[in-house]
Amino acid sequence: MRNAVFWGALAAVLVAGLVMTEVFDNEYYYNALYVVLQGTLMAVAWNVLGGFTGYVNFGSAGFFAMGAYTTVALHKAFGLPLPVMIAAAGAVGGLVGLGLGYLTLRLKGVFFAIATLAMAIVIETCVNNWAFVGGAKGSYILTPDTHLWFKSYVQMLFMVMLVLTLAAIAISRTLNASRLGRGLAAIRDDEVAAECSGVPTLRLKLVSATLMGAMMGVAGAPFPFFVTFVDPVSAFNLFIAVNAIAMPMIGGTSHWIGPVIGALLVGGTQEVVKVTVSSELNVLIVGVMLVVFITLAPQGIVGVVRRLRRRRR
Amino acid sequence: MLQADLLANAVVAGILLGGFYAATAVGLAIVFGQLDIVNIAHPAFIIVGAYVAWILNSRYGFDPVLAGVAAAPLFFAAGALLYRIYYLAFERTGQESLSGLAFFFGVMFIIEVSLLLAYGVDYRLVQTGYAESKWSLGFVDFPLRMLVPFAVSLALTVGIAQYLSRTFMGRAIQAVAQDRLALQLMGANPVRVKQWAFGLGVATAAVAGALLIVIQPVEPSVGRQFIGRAFAIVVLGGMGSMRGMFVAALILGVVESLVSTFVGPSWSPAVAFGVLALTLAIRPAGLFGR
Amino acid sequence: MSDELLRVSGLGKRFGGFVALDGVTLGVRRGERLGLIGPNGSGKTTLINCISGALYNDSGEIRFDGRDITRLPPFQRARAGIARSFQIPKPFRSMTVLENLQVPLEYAAPDHAGERRAAREALEVLDLFGLRQRAHEDSSGLTQVDMRKLELARAMAAKPKLLISDEAMAGLSSTEVDEVLGILRRLNDDGITIIMIEHIMHAVMRFSERVVCLVAGQVVCEGAPGEIVKDPGVQRAYLGE
Repeated sequence: MRNAVFWGALAAVLVAGLVMTEVFDNEYYYNALYVVLQGTLMAVAWNVLGGFTGYVNFGSAGFFAMGAYTTVALHKAFGLPLPVMIAAAGAVGGLVGLGLGYLTLRLKGVFFAIATLAMAIVIETCVNNWAFVGGAKGSYILTPDTHLWFKSYVQMLFMVMLVLTLAAIAISRTLNASRLGRGLAAIRDDEVAAECSGVPTLRLKLVSATLMGAMMGVAGAPFPFFVTFVDPVSAFNLFIAVNAIAMPMIGGTSHWIGPVIGALLVGGTQEVVKVTVSSELNVLIVGVMLVVFITLAPQGIVGVVRRLRRRRR
Repeated sequence: MLQADLLANAVVAGILLGGFYAATAVGLAIVFGQLDIVNIAHPAFIIVGAYVAWILNSRYGFDPVLAGVAAAPLFFAAGALLYRIYYLAFERTGQESLSGLAFFFGVMFIIEVSLLLAYGVDYRLVQTGYAESKWSLGFVDFPLRMLVPFAVSLALTVGIAQYLSRTFMGRAIQAVAQDRLALQLMGANPVRVKQWAFGLGVATAAVAGALLIVIQPVEPSVGRQFIGRAFAIVVLGGMGSMRGMFVAALILGVVESLVSTFVGPSWSPAVAFGVLALTLAIRPAGLFGR
Repeated sequence: MSDELLRVSGLGKRFGGFVALDGVTLGVRRGERLGLIGPNGSGKTTLINCISGALYNDSGEIRFDGRDITRLPPFQRARAGIARSFQIPKPFRSMTVLENLQVPLEYAAPDHAGERRAAREALEVLDLFGLRQRAHEDSSGLTQVDMRKLELARAMAAKPKLLISDEAMAGLSSTEVDEVLGILRRLNDDGITIIMIEHIMHAVMRFSERVVCLVAGQVVCEGAPGEIVKDPGVQRAYLGE
């Protein structure tokens, strides 16, 4: 996709979002879109380490929750404005990504994957025991009064998430085609060959993990304001972790647009099912979609499109 | 004097618990330790086993452990089928690493959510004759609801270890990870061997699940706590060593029990990760690793 | 000593109870063409892995271009100028042929070529190997022969000082062998020191100035190709008692 087309599309989406907030009042749409955008941001973040670099993170919920709980802690302690808390959550997520990476990225990808799952459980245990943020009982976050020029707080949150998600997509796209991205792809394709070709694999893996962690922390930062009640069960939800993996894998992991396609498809399906069939069944769907897709189309939708294009040539 | 009493009981409880943990890890020791297949859904199968035992116990009054053993062949078949799908989709094409992991993660998720949809979040438990009794040796207690699973788990581990070292199929399983070609030359089909091994691994989950629900009430998300535990045990024990696995399980059980008694029960889920992280940092080959 | 590019001293490596390398000592002069032969399992690839850093040796020392590189991570050895091709080609399958070469150019070349220059230089290298028309094809779709060529091309893309080719010609027809030997000869003429591991005897003998024979992790013989063939130890290793 050429630069002009990409940035044009990005701007168009942004404008469309703004226009929407002026025209539509139905809170339901903003709630649903917020959830879909959150999923997209998480999927794009996951793909930086998972798709670009080849290291599977099962503990995405842990990073997300770290971002959310950073907001809770800072809000209770200092009552800072949202942008500051987003930045702080990103920093925290990035540090956790760096730390986890430092401990486990020297080992085989399999051990890293298990370590991420265990890490999420450990962090959840710690938060459960942390009284300041409410521990296992959770915390209530009061909706602030100010929502800039928007008609409601949810509409503002929607725009915030839209901006964050578009920024993440832009970063991901730049990364994909850059020298750094090629280094990551080399690591993913064949780590030994990459190292022997001069790629500083550990360093790049750490960069990738830090970036992923930061993005996921950012995704979690506005969450407490969105749900107004945060507890470990909702923040560390396995559903978030599965979505973060399923969306990129269904969309296609090697290309920056894969997670976006996957998120729109899966997230959209989930919202539709939630409304039409049932809210519990909707949770099951993502698991089934994941298994079916990766069994039949391991390269995702992007892979299918590539194969069709090649046949036409 | 009170401390010694507390310590002794915590250690004994830890040993009994650790012995049970071995049952949860033995299937993974086969599948991951021998075959290098990261079946992250193994604990989910254990929970299914627990529910099967619960259903047979609450509806027909079966002893849960017997129910688990009876269900094992069915689990074996399910495991063999699952491996077939995994093999056709991933192993044959060489895609194991990323997609294979995600596949099992998806399977784990589907199992957990299906159980949730079918049975809800209520804790389920079983009624056994020995649930309330305990043996005592001085000031140390051996609750039967822990002792019986310990004994069964020990028997299971020994049985599997013997099977692996003495039967043709067992030795083939040990060989298949190390040298496919030699195995083929010996007349065994590596895919069928792996399928058999995987089925065996999942079959142990039936028994482990039954033991689990004897020890504690179960609800669908309990499985996730065992991911860390099972992998920590297999890695600490050294991939491919049954003896190492059992010792590692005992160690994990004791550490968890001590943490739970002296620090707080809400911290015990973190212990497995701590053990895993320490093992990987200090001695990744494990205690008895090859 | 500055004439010597690589010196391996007393290198030892074991895998559990199996001793793969047992006190291997050898030196390679700048610009030399060294052949490394030995029966299967004699430790040739292990030696290469230790030199390139894919494995860390248990004992002994490796000196390259005047530096002790024994504990250096592989990517820094690549940047110092050591390149190797793999016995079983390991292309970056998700990338095109061109991108495969861009990686070492962007990471191992001493001046870290910028993207455009890396692409240009990559195309020049592909020219040398006759792969230029395939530059934008997926590397995963190449024929066996082309994949071996890509493997070598990637190894020397960043103009290494030392190129180690590990059985690059296995399974090739005699014309293809000649082609690859020609390329390697030209690289050597340009100043690249080459260590060649091969089972195809006539190729090794034609190409090498000096041959080292490794058996069971030990150097049993070294000298000019003509002498090696006559050495009883070498004959025993290959033909049995």
